[in-house]
Amino acid sequence: MRRSDFRAREHSGWWAFLVHRVSGIVLALFLPVHFFVLSQALSRPTRLNDFLAWTRAPGVKLAETLLVLALAAHLAGGVRLLFVEFVGWRANWQKSALAIAAAAALAYALLFALNG
Amino acid sequence: MTFPVRIWRGDAGGRFERYEVPRHASQTVLDVVTHVQRHVDPSLAYRYACRVGMCGSCAMTVNGKARWTCRTHVDTVAAGGTLEIAPLNNLPIVRDLVVDMTPFFDKWTAAKGAFVPTATRRDDFARVEPASKERRAIDTTIECIGCGVCYASCDVVGWKPDYLGPAALNRAWTLVNDVRDGAGRSRLRAVAADGGCQACHTHQSCTERCPKHLTPTASIAGLKRRVAGALLKGDL
Amino acid sequence: MIEARGDAPIDAAAGARATRAAAWRFVLQRASAAVLAVCVVVHLASIIVAIRGGLSAEAIVARMHANPAWPAFYAVFVVAVAIHAPLGLRAIADEWLGLRGKVTDIALGLVALLLLAGGLYAVASLAG
Repeated sequence: MRRSDFRAREHSGWWAFLVHRVSGIVLALFLPVHFFVLSQALSRPTRLNDFLAWTRAPGVKLAETLLVLALAAHLAGGVRLLFVEFVGWRANWQKSALAIAAAAALAYALLFALNG
Repeated sequence: MTFPVRIWRGDAGGRFERYEVPRHASQTVLDVVTHVQRHVDPSLAYRYACRVGMCGSCAMTVNGKARWTCRTHVDTVAAGGTLEIAPLNNLPIVRDLVVDMTPFFDKWTAAKGAFVPTATRRDDFARVEPASKERRAIDTTIECIGCGVCYASCDVVGWKPDYLGPAALNRAWTLVNDVRDGAGRSRLRAVAADGGCQACHTHQSCTERCPKHLTPTASIAGLKRRVAGALLKGDL
Repeated sequence: MIEARGDAPIDAAAGARATRAAAWRFVLQRASAAVLAVCVVVHLASIIVAIRGGLSAEAIVARMHANPAWPAFYAVFVVAVAIHAPLGLRAIADEWLGLRGKVTDIALGLVALLLLAGGLYAVASLAG
């Protein structure tokens, strides 16, 4: 059998799915690292502080902002899905809901970047 | 004046062949395929019946998207000058543009997509209120003619062989809402299994491509709610 | 007809159990998502507040000690993550890597336990 290629995926619902899945993978990979770093607070607080100092480097700041964007995007997309699945379907609102989710995620990531 | 068309020939191991086809005004993709079969290569296999957008038999993949070829104008899809015609995705290829619809309908059965009567000849007619929530839910999705476009458009079907797919689940939703139907728990179990409604990730490719503008995504969301509710009440 | 696959249950009772298990995975995924929606909003807001106040190990620990609600909050956060992430990964393993069945489920169960242990240890480290 033949399978779909990129031409069948040029609609907003597909992009929303891809963002949600990729951001989920990124977060799943990041979390163990995050837990490990934070756990250093008890055994090696100076090491944690050194690490936090390192995070002020611009390249790291960018990576952090992307992580925050991933989290905000996954949250916004997820809330949209919970709405579609449990509150109900509003045909006219699908694309608006997506736009709102995307905007909220980007706005938050920007806030983070500007405050760091 | 002619234009180039690529048409899939052979089975899954086949390839695209190129044909030059005369260009006409108001030409549909089905017209193109018919021209090739009648005037260029009579061995080209394809399906159609009504040719007026009622039966769904002529569904094929046109420039990557599943469509009814009798309702697809060449002008709409071949603006860039290329027209690529292939069989529907996600189904075994019999030959050229013909796919085996058996798995599609087998999943319809597996989803318990058939009405289970409960009344006898001694019972009065069922009274179904047209404005009721259940009947309105059915109204928006009952017009499915089983053309397979949604199934061919669904990436989850392509990734997960057991996934029942949008059409079967959509039909199950109409029956779940049918107050006369007696399948109840067994149908909810059928659509809640591993390949059931939970596997839908709301890509909405089905809703995007359905030629009758049905919303299988909404139907599947409805099934998810029903399954969750039944599970939490101990009714699954 | 859809044939029973090698590891798919054939008898009705086992089939019903498998179906309920699938439905529970769905409910748990969505329930943990709802919990996480709240937790993540709080977490994202607190990150901004924390950064503005100056980020250091001492500051984080002080915040966690100041109010017992914070460790409790993060413990709930960790439990929700330990449920949500492996279930999400299960779909990805199935659909994109073709990995399904008992071995995959056991592996993902281990991921859940690791996330739970790692996360609660981090909370304990910070809350002292």
